[in-house]
Amino acid sequence: MLTETTNIDTHLIPVLKTVSDPEIPVLTVLDLGVIREATEQDGVVTIKLTPTYSGCPAMDVIGDDLKTAFSEIGKEAKIELILSPAWTTDWISEEGLQKMEEYGIARPMSESADKDVLLGEKKLVKCTNCGSTNTHLVSQFGSTACKALFKCDDCQEPFDYFKCLK
Amino acid sequence: MKENLYKYILGIADNSLILAQRLGELCGHGPSLETDIALTNISLDLLGQTRSYYQYAAKLAGEDKTEDDIAFLRIEREYKNVLLVEQPNTHFGHVMARQFLFDVYHLMLMEQLQNSKDETLAAIAKKGIKEVSYHKRFSSDWVKRLGDGTEESKEKMQEAINAMWRFTDELFDVMEADKAMIEEGIAVDVSEMKETYYEKVSEILEKATLEVPERKYFTRGGKKGVHTEHMGYLLADLQYMQRTYPNMTW
Repeated sequence: MLTETTNIDTHLIPVLKTVSDPEIPVLTVLDLGVIREATEQDGVVTIKLTPTYSGCPAMDVIGDDLKTAFSEIGKEAKIELILSPAWTTDWISEEGLQKMEEYGIARPMSESADKDVLLGEKKLVKCTNCGSTNTHLVSQFGSTACKALFKCDDCQEPFDYFKCLK
Repeated sequence: MKENLYKYILGIADNSLILAQRLGELCGHGPSLETDIALTNISLDLLGQTRSYYQYAAKLAGEDKTEDDIAFLRIEREYKNVLLVEQPNTHFGHVMARQFLFDVYHLMLMEQLQNSKDETLAAIAKKGIKEVSYHKRFSSDWVKRLGDGTEESKEKMQEAINAMWRFTDELFDVMEADKAMIEEGIAVDVSEMKETYYEKVSEILEKATLEVPERKYFTRGGKKGVHTEHMGYLLADLQYMQRTYPNMTW
């Protein structure tokens, strides 16, 4: 559900698609929904980027990667970091969610289901390896701020779960 | 320059910076892998919020000031964080007590700051709420787990809560700059949050089968720049790189 609109010039999309999240390399910045605006005027591309989490170190890298990607086609890119409206996991595209699951990160659940699983009250998160929901929370915090760590009790695989952020 | 606004921003941001630094000290030293990761994740969230505040403050200050100048190049008296956040990581109980007592306050502050007339502060708060509510959940869970755990964990958790308690009252002190900002609808009047804060904290302590300390005397000073003896050591660590190699970048 995209409640907040983006303003992205279609001719810039092919370049934007070449830049991915350094921590989840299967996701492009477009899949992740962090690009809120990308417009070109007089040869200068202005990009408005919103962070997933305030302290996400990937944001600085993404900004630099975007500049590099555009400079390679002879364009200057200006990056502006915006905080409002705050990023939500709803902005990850369906394609992005599928890629993420294939990569081994379970997709965020709805807000209420998310609360249940992170409090360890219900078993709802699907194992990315075998598909079982017989899984349990290992750690509320995972390898990055946006993820929690889970383990499958059927196939014993540990995996990341992308926390719902709304 | 909008001096009162600048001071107000630093009053909030310094708390996040100093607590982030304390939690960062535990990187690789947490009692278990999961708590180690959790503490550094929380540290990172706080540091991210700090950067947003300092970037804004640097813009207000002008004169080519940067977020790094504000973070690294002030002297001890110029940091306006509360005494609570600079307290050392004595043991995991202390880490959780400090975190819990700060998180409850922090979330209440963010919830009100999101209605600030200052758009930037409101945006930082709206973003921060999502993160801080997760921190509060984590620290509350640990207070309950340790308080209602074994005899030893209960004793240590109670000792930690007692040790931190004397720093809580300062959270609600209103400084001169804050008063001006409250009048303009920019700042949160934290003095009004006090009663609810202690109710919320007590509720969780009771669930944790811990005693709510009864203390009449509180220690304060951080908001005026008068810190405990721990602050100097913390800053020595925090500022080392910029003091030794001025202007270095990664």
